[in-house]
Amino acid sequence: MAVRSTRHRRWLRKTTLGIAGLVGFLTVWQLIPTLGIVDAQYLPHVTDVAVRLVNELRDLAFWRRLGDTMTAWAIGLAIASSAAVALGTVVGLVPFLRRATHTTVEFLRPIPSVALIPLAVLMFGIRMQAALVIIVFASFWQVFVQVIYGVADIDAVARDTARSFGLTRRAQLRHLVLPTALPYLMTGLRLAAAVALILAITAEMVIGNPGLGRMIELSRSAGDAVGLYALVVVTGLLGLTINIVFRFIERRTLSWHQSIRGEEVL
Amino acid sequence: MADRPTLLRVEHLRKVYESDIGDVEAIGDVSFTMEAGELVCIVGPSGCGKTTLLKCIAGLLRPTSGTIEIFGSVVTGPTPAMALVFQEYGRSLYPWLTVEENVALPLRHKKLERAHRDRLVYDSLEAVGLLHAARQHPWQLSGGMQQRVAIARAIAYEPEVLIMDEPFAAVDAQTRAELEDLVRELHLARKISLLFVTHDIDESVYLGERVLVLSKSPTVVLEDVVVDLPADRDQITTRSLPRFAELRTRVYGHIQRAKQGEAVTTPTSS
Amino acid sequence: MTTQATTVGRPSRARGVLHRITASFLFATGLPVILVAAWAAYSTYSANRFFPGPLTVLDAFVDTWVGPAFLEDVVPSLLRLAGGILVSIVVGVVAGTVIGLVHWLRDLTEPVLEFFRAIPPPVLIPIVMLLLGITDTMKLVVIVSGAIWPILLNTIEGVRSTDSVMIETARAFGITRAERLWFLVLPAASPRIMTGVRQALSVALILMVISEMFASSSGLGYRIAYFQRNYLIAQMWSGVLLLGLIGVFLATVFGIVERRVLRWYHGIKEVDRG
Repeated sequence: MAVRSTRHRRWLRKTTLGIAGLVGFLTVWQLIPTLGIVDAQYLPHVTDVAVRLVNELRDLAFWRRLGDTMTAWAIGLAIASSAAVALGTVVGLVPFLRRATHTTVEFLRPIPSVALIPLAVLMFGIRMQAALVIIVFASFWQVFVQVIYGVADIDAVARDTARSFGLTRRAQLRHLVLPTALPYLMTGLRLAAAVALILAITAEMVIGNPGLGRMIELSRSAGDAVGLYALVVVTGLLGLTINIVFRFIERRTLSWHQSIRGEEVL
Repeated sequence: MADRPTLLRVEHLRKVYESDIGDVEAIGDVSFTMEAGELVCIVGPSGCGKTTLLKCIAGLLRPTSGTIEIFGSVVTGPTPAMALVFQEYGRSLYPWLTVEENVALPLRHKKLERAHRDRLVYDSLEAVGLLHAARQHPWQLSGGMQQRVAIARAIAYEPEVLIMDEPFAAVDAQTRAELEDLVRELHLARKISLLFVTHDIDESVYLGERVLVLSKSPTVVLEDVVVDLPADRDQITTRSLPRFAELRTRVYGHIQRAKQGEAVTTPTSS
Repeated sequence: MTTQATTVGRPSRARGVLHRITASFLFATGLPVILVAAWAAYSTYSANRFFPGPLTVLDAFVDTWVGPAFLEDVVPSLLRLAGGILVSIVVGVVAGTVIGLVHWLRDLTEPVLEFFRAIPPPVLIPIVMLLLGITDTMKLVVIVSGAIWPILLNTIEGVRSTDSVMIETARAFGITRAERLWFLVLPAASPRIMTGVRQALSVALILMVISEMFASSSGLGYRIAYFQRNYLIAQMWSGVLLLGLIGVFLATVFGIVERRVLRWYHGIKEVDRG
């Protein structure tokens, strides 16, 4: 008896439709300037953009700029995460601190970090440091808030058990706090990674420090629509990649932590 | 009795699933009838397709072959003649609605007058003893109370037959006893026809007027046991009757043999 | 209500309540006060011209924003922000519901939508500027072009993951399609949708500020950039302060709305935890 694989069929259908959607989108995009609905000056042909994209990928200057962006991203993310984990753990574990900092956190958190751009420019000029101020400020909160949630989520029974067995502070941290807070931390890192990319590029666009964002702004002011669209596609792909990578890491860390409840297939 | 049409007729019901590992014959050949006003229990070893059977009868699943008729008309989909009470009350009641809104929701499309609808809702809530909780939300109530809300919702729907799928499996023993008595009370006072699926043998004999014992899959009806206990039952006296023990043992014996895979089919006689 | 016998206990109960109120107040204001005082001290003793004292900033705040500038710059910006958010919510929820309910439509559009969501929102500003020129509509479209994605995708996700038992219940009781949508699908998806709206709010604010900083000759973002370019430090800080207040205001309003709409959801979590 042939094993009918309905799951396989479903996956096949999903992928086919997805690709069809993508192709359809690209076709519509190509048709609009071709049919003259919008001038190619404002919406260039997909083919032109694709060609430019491939050329960019062969250009060393492009990779250097990409490296600039990713450097700012990585450094900003690292600083923000370390600070957030350190502060978040301390604040999360000490109820007094949590209460004392609550209003301050709730006031500072919603401030759009782009509001700090003028200040950053004044202090550091058109350099990566200025961008880092913006990146760190925004990414910090993503991780900080998640760490506090994570630390606060410690199962009361587990904690009492640990205490009754006389575990030292350090052992408690390792075996109780860390496993509980880890999934939250992973979620926070994923969110922070996305935010950090957005702000790294934004900072380059507005401040002008070297990177992809600056290239985008230059393309715009030069009226180079094809180049502009090509760079936008690049940033989209970059965002997708970062998201996929961090989701993957998050899922691997969570795989031992939560049993994945199977969906009833009927 | 011959002139009253049969409430429910299930004839040679068969259900086969397609799955990744091959075909699964959940139900082999199930046939039985049910008259109006009866309380029929269905018992069987776990995994014997009891829930699948109920879903086919209720019109939620299409059988592979066989017919299901309610008052003579074939069941092709969910019908207002049947109301369901699920086991997972927590996922069957809508948490954003209040208790009375939950009970009233199925009545909306019946195009009743406002006063009539309200009367049905409050009537059924009173019958299950939850009129005071009408404005609360399901998650504010205990598990047993939530299941009562589900029962009230089913009663307010005014179906011909009430179908219950292991409704008390997720409730503690004390509450289960209360709910069993509630079901019998509703059955006797309101003449509600009930089809009650359970894995609890004692419960099936305590509640039912008939007990259908199912085999392992492919499922068939092993025996149709008539429960000739008095209509007026209570948890203490009824369960200590010698007749109760006899019936219980009989059902239990069938289940044990069914678990070991002996699909012994006895011709179903009324 | 109080009898003689309980007068002994009464003062200590009142004292307990007073104690609790004072404690809450101190917790709420303690750290902010300390920080502001530290800021004041730092600005007095170091002559760092980039960090004027809190009083200077407050002065500049009143001077700059309380007056005609408010109507000229702030209100239009806020109106555009509100408009952009509303359009994003309406279009996002409607489109998201339709796509979420129609399986093949969802499979068809998902990759493209996920790609658009991955594009850092400010990058779309030059594109929108290119297509629409520099108009007020453009500024609104910019906000929508970034804020719509979290709402759209979260709505799709929320609508498609309705609990199967709840759906079966609806089918078993013959609940009509329209009733199902209004009483089951949308309420069940609302926690997901609200998460999307929250993300959309912060994206919208960022886009409003950025688009005005370099694509405008009026508006809040433009003003702040102007101050920075002309070394009007105190005014610049006052602008930052105003943006912070707007951010806090949005977050607070959202919090209130969310708690109201998702009262049942928070109720369940409370019960689970307790």
